[in-house]
Amino acid sequence: MSLYVEELLGEGDAADPTTGDVTIQNYTINFGPQHPAAHGVLRLVMELDGEIVERVDPHVGLLHRGTEKLIEYKTYTQALPYFDRLDYCSPLCMEHSWVLAVEKLLDLEVPERAQYLRVFFAELTRISNHMLNLGSHVMDVGAMTPNLWLFEIREDCMNFFERVSGARMHSNYFRPGGVHQDAPLKLLADIGDWLDTRLPRLFEDAISLVADNRIFKQRNVDIAVVSRDDAIKWGFSGPMIRGSGIAWDLRKSQPYDAYAKMDFEVPVGTRGDCYDRFMVRVEEVRQSARIMKQCLRDMPEGPIASLDRKVVPPKRGEMKQSMEALIHHFKLYTEGFHVPAGDVYVATESPKGEFGVYLVADGSNKPYRCKIRPTAFSHLQAMDFMAKGHMLADTTAILGAMDIVFGECDR
Amino acid sequence: MRAPAPAYTSNDGVIDAARAALGGMLIDAVDHVGEVALHVRREDLYDAMIALRDTPGLAYQQLMEIAGVDYPDRAERFEVVYCMLSLTRNHRLRVHVATDEEKPVPSVTDIWPVAGWLEREVYDMYGVLFSGNPDLRRILTDYGFRGHPQRKDFPLTGYVELRYSEEAKRVVYEPVQLAQDFRTFDFMSPWEGANYVLPGDEKGALPQAKGAQTPLSADTIAKAAAAQSPTQAPSEPKSTESTAQTGIGKSESDATPKPANPDVIPTKGGGQNQ
Repeated sequence: MSLYVEELLGEGDAADPTTGDVTIQNYTINFGPQHPAAHGVLRLVMELDGEIVERVDPHVGLLHRGTEKLIEYKTYTQALPYFDRLDYCSPLCMEHSWVLAVEKLLDLEVPERAQYLRVFFAELTRISNHMLNLGSHVMDVGAMTPNLWLFEIREDCMNFFERVSGARMHSNYFRPGGVHQDAPLKLLADIGDWLDTRLPRLFEDAISLVADNRIFKQRNVDIAVVSRDDAIKWGFSGPMIRGSGIAWDLRKSQPYDAYAKMDFEVPVGTRGDCYDRFMVRVEEVRQSARIMKQCLRDMPEGPIASLDRKVVPPKRGEMKQSMEALIHHFKLYTEGFHVPAGDVYVATESPKGEFGVYLVADGSNKPYRCKIRPTAFSHLQAMDFMAKGHMLADTTAILGAMDIVFGECDR
Repeated sequence: MRAPAPAYTSNDGVIDAARAALGGMLIDAVDHVGEVALHVRREDLYDAMIALRDTPGLAYQQLMEIAGVDYPDRAERFEVVYCMLSLTRNHRLRVHVATDEEKPVPSVTDIWPVAGWLEREVYDMYGVLFSGNPDLRRILTDYGFRGHPQRKDFPLTGYVELRYSEEAKRVVYEPVQLAQDFRTFDFMSPWEGANYVLPGDEKGALPQAKGAQTPLSADTIAKAAAAQSPTQAPSEPKSTESTAQTGIGKSESDATPKPANPDVIPTKGGGQNQ
């Protein structure tokens, strides 16, 4: 019967195509490197069968700046600003891995207030990063308004970064041994108010537009499902591995700085699709706000950087009084400190996943080798199997849910 | 450990378990700065990785990172470092393998597909070969790039620079030209065994003339100056100590005129603000 229907419709008869039938071959297109949904300079060479993606070959490296090589020629203090420029959407979380790696080699104790400040601003960075990612993900699948509202929050975060460090994006605020400056009381009070009033109002408003939206769900649910096994094999981390249902968060399982004292939940997905990854990030924003409030509540008074003058330079006021401080300041800003030989791999939970630094020190004032483990490398590599069999338009949703920034991917 | 670095399960017993599981594949095991590093024979890397993943007491399910390191002094100059993570035991471990420019390292892409790009990066940056990687292309450097930039003998500036040529209407590569010397400072103390001679110190090594010198009168000096033919200036180490070397105070006309740039089309007005 069905054969008869096919015959009537003129289908299924390759040997005798009716007039007007065209045999279609797979064709290859370039997605990017100038595509607005490519989130930077990604070039995807895609093989399409009609509108179905058969194969994806991501070409990365268009933003390669040789950061790792440059760091080998800089002192440990001078290398820090390079980390702001890796993932420029979450600069402080990048710095966090570096300072922890250097401190681990030095075996340097960090005062409690500094640990709290670092956790506090790392979480603020997480909020600011997720605002950009959630907004652009929503925009990639067709909605405009939430992105504009989320950018309001991001702008607030930028202002807070400026007030604490002097720079909106490339803060250069953390230091081996602590942070650069203490946060003013008024700033902490303002952030506390912001966490209670403006952030929940704007954020919940924007998310309420998309979280249960029919179109948004049609574009994201069951797109690029990643199983637990695949997530492990492909080296996933962060929201990508949590979206696949593995409750793995380095802040929880391998706590660093003051995270051990924080009380927060680790959200996980159930299906492992783009929608789960989106919602994991949404919940992470709420948990970050929770951590920040705990920081404000518990932050002790005290020094904001280690008092070891062989690592942390003295403040200017002290230099006016003490010759010793002047000498330390001069030596630390010209020669820098020497780090004992050894190698460490230190990874922290950046907003995008596990951001690691493999640091080889040879006992001099410059790193012998600094390998940066970007989160995007393993995620983007999985693009091929995640996009296979989906429509061309779904690649933007998949990319949006991966949260990729090329400063970090290409280094 | 006093530093607030990420805290995972202690390293107790990990080396023993690895020794038992790897046997002769293991060359050395080090526990330094709170991290365990296993040095593994290159030929046995694949089997060692499977053992590390599947042995119950080890169970390193995830490969997080592959890093290359260059030690030019060693016989096998490259070291490939595999950073592994156990999700169930909450522990990290590094596996080190030594190799050189020619001897390939067995690829682990069959065990962890994520190794594909990580090995490509090590190949791109160091020229380490991986046997069994199906797609060993360059990854971070430009299409058609030559050399392996993370090697210690590769200069920081590279060998080529590129610009857009108005004549050729495309981006062209040219040998890199530095407007000023690349400045490197070393901070070795001259009192603690710097292995070079500071500018000026070479005078101390010359034999001193015998006896005290007779004070010269003014006309002998004038005569000696007249008699002296224009001598070759001693080759000095390049430094920025005197104005003669830096060119401070020289008027611009002394300098050779800038060669005309074929790509710059002269405009009718003077500068860009006219």
